[in-house]
Amino acid sequence: MNRRTVQVLATVAGAALLLPGCTGTGGSAKGADAKAPDDPSQVSGTITVLTVRTDLVQDGTMKKYAAEFNKTYPKVKVEFQALTNYEAEIKIRMNTDDYGDVLLIPAVIKKDDYPKFFASLGTAAERSKKYRFTDFTTVDGKVYGQSPVGVMPGFVYNKRVWKQAGVTEWPTTAAEFLADLKAIKAKTDAIPYYTNFAAQWPLTSWTYVDGSVHCDPQATTKLAEGDPWAEGSDLRVGDTLLYDIVKQGLAEKDPTTSNWEESKPRTAKGEIATQWLGTWAIIQFQDAAKKAGVNPDDIGFMPFPAQTDGTFCATVGPDYNQAVNVHSPHKEAARAWIDWFTDKSGYDKDNLAISPLKDAAMPEVLKPYEEAGVKLIELDDAAGAKVKLIDDESEVGIYKPEYRQDLVDLARGAKKGSLDDFLGGLGKKWTGTQANVGH
Amino acid sequence: MTHAHTHTPTHGTEKAPFEATAPASKRAAPAPAPRRARTWRLLTPWLFLLAPLALLITFTYAPIANMVAYSFTDWDGVSPELHYTGAENYTEIFTREDLFQVFWVSGYYLAASVIQIVAALYFATILSFNIRFRNFFKGVLFFPSLVNGVAIGFVFLYFFQDRGTLDTVLGLFGYHTDHAWLGTPTSANVSLAGVSIWRYLGMNFVLFLGAIQSIPGELYEAAELDGAGRWHQFRYIILPGIKPVLTLTVILSVSGSLSAFEIPYIMTGGATGTETFVIQTVKLAFQFNKTGLASAAAVVLLLIILLVTWVQRRLVPDDRVDLV
Repeated sequence: MNRRTVQVLATVAGAALLLPGCTGTGGSAKGADAKAPDDPSQVSGTITVLTVRTDLVQDGTMKKYAAEFNKTYPKVKVEFQALTNYEAEIKIRMNTDDYGDVLLIPAVIKKDDYPKFFASLGTAAERSKKYRFTDFTTVDGKVYGQSPVGVMPGFVYNKRVWKQAGVTEWPTTAAEFLADLKAIKAKTDAIPYYTNFAAQWPLTSWTYVDGSVHCDPQATTKLAEGDPWAEGSDLRVGDTLLYDIVKQGLAEKDPTTSNWEESKPRTAKGEIATQWLGTWAIIQFQDAAKKAGVNPDDIGFMPFPAQTDGTFCATVGPDYNQAVNVHSPHKEAARAWIDWFTDKSGYDKDNLAISPLKDAAMPEVLKPYEEAGVKLIELDDAAGAKVKLIDDESEVGIYKPEYRQDLVDLARGAKKGSLDDFLGGLGKKWTGTQANVGH
Repeated sequence: MTHAHTHTPTHGTEKAPFEATAPASKRAAPAPAPRRARTWRLLTPWLFLLAPLALLITFTYAPIANMVAYSFTDWDGVSPELHYTGAENYTEIFTREDLFQVFWVSGYYLAASVIQIVAALYFATILSFNIRFRNFFKGVLFFPSLVNGVAIGFVFLYFFQDRGTLDTVLGLFGYHTDHAWLGTPTSANVSLAGVSIWRYLGMNFVLFLGAIQSIPGELYEAAELDGAGRWHQFRYIILPGIKPVLTLTVILSVSGSLSAFEIPYIMTGGATGTETFVIQTVKLAFQFNKTGLASAAAVVLLLIILLVTWVQRRLVPDDRVDLV
């Protein structure tokens, strides 16, 4: 090693000794409240709203919401910032005090830390009378976020293709589902199922089969306490179905080069028959259909192929929760935006989504669900924080794409091993970590 | 620094020994300058260095120091609380063999960099002689280095797609393949390493070209008169002439192969056995929120690269070039 390298290393080591502990946001603002303003005409200030909807910011839709908002709150100026890679970017920004006035609660923030980063929106007892999903952001009886829309996992499918294959009823078991996909492969030109392997995140939605399979509102608690891949458990059923789909050649030929944006018009046109996503995707696929000049009504939505006591089940959960930055100088204005956006903006209807208001009606697209008597359940999220901790600590990643990519690779023979060993290995990692994670 | 050395060497790779050739009279020290002038003289170079040093410290050494500090903690990247855990992260890295398995993937990139250096050297040699459309070809070869790495990743995703560019082009030659290029670990890694060659060839090429063109032209003429062919010119003039640049390129290639990141990250995200050490580190930090462990992994990678560089410098000492 020459002298210069030694010097550099010495400098680095010296600086390292001086620098520890230079992270952290001030804890002084902890426990602040964002109260709803009494007089809308008197609230003022410029607030920055962070969002993941780059599309809506670019095409001016968000500006229209802001203009509508200003009719009630004339003195508040709303500015938007759309982040493409939200989770990664916000994580870095949250090491400072400057992360907008209204933001979406990122997954990385531990639930116990919510009071350090966000201002409270009120007590759980009071808010849960009016809104859904309050327990997802409740810490010590106070609520820190509110999702403007509810989402439900399910298969987005092309009705025309399924009908063409001779399937008119929703499959009620995994075996039936596979048989239907086989019929689609045999009788139509469509790809029966599209994994969206390369986009990665669509694979993570397979975790949201949790709860639907056995119609169990306590499914999240079970993840925290047991082995998610035990025989017959929800995740095992879901993952086995995904494995079988790929194994039996019912997915796209080369998943590694799949293309999310392209998959939307292709599904609308009937080149792809089915994808496991969520209600939030319906509007995007219908828009893609309109752009491609085909009938948007061909886009259908169906529940996971499993029934409990003869009925389908589907879980309704919150999308990203909006929260007020605890360091925001305009907390009232920020709170006003969240309330208005949740209650009055019509954002839920514009997105054909489930309203977070308890007394609102179901969206039109879910009419088939009502007709089929699908039972909608809300998962109890009391153990949600613990599940996330186990997930990170064990590096299994049930909310990350990696293990499902491995699962698909295993199914199509690009990775060696058996499904039982693979799921067993995950379960071992998971339960091995469970003991080390407190709470 | 003034000197009476008027004969500046034409070949840039040689450092002329100024001190020895400067006339003695010029070197005789003048009467000692007043103290203030001396202080200024000492200070001046540092004033010039102020801006670059500030940038270097802010954007290189301070982050590295921070990273080293984090590597001794259990920080998750955002929480206001972090605990000192001592060498726990380092113990974990060296006791978990799955963390080091990803280095096998670097083998593909190492092999690719051999091809890359040979190709770059070949093109640089050819294009340093007078041939037709020389500047055009230089442009073509250098062009990929100007394109943003993210864009390259996306373009090549289309390229390797089923019925994508590569399949279409092969089809034109009557070779109809049903191969999923990114489908199996071997095929995917070879494809990605291929993209990496395409991406970085231009940079190596320009380095070599610059070095070759600094070799004085008379040498070739003299060699030709002595009856040396192109191969001999390459072997006995060019190769020794560009040796320092060649060593540098090899070092850069090896450290680049160990820390390959953007192309596999954008194209496959590390799926199907294409995960490199840096991708793994990024996943630890940003997916599993283990910033402390990830920092330790980054420090380990830094040390490995320093070690490899040091070993290389030992094996191939940085000799002065003397062609004349």
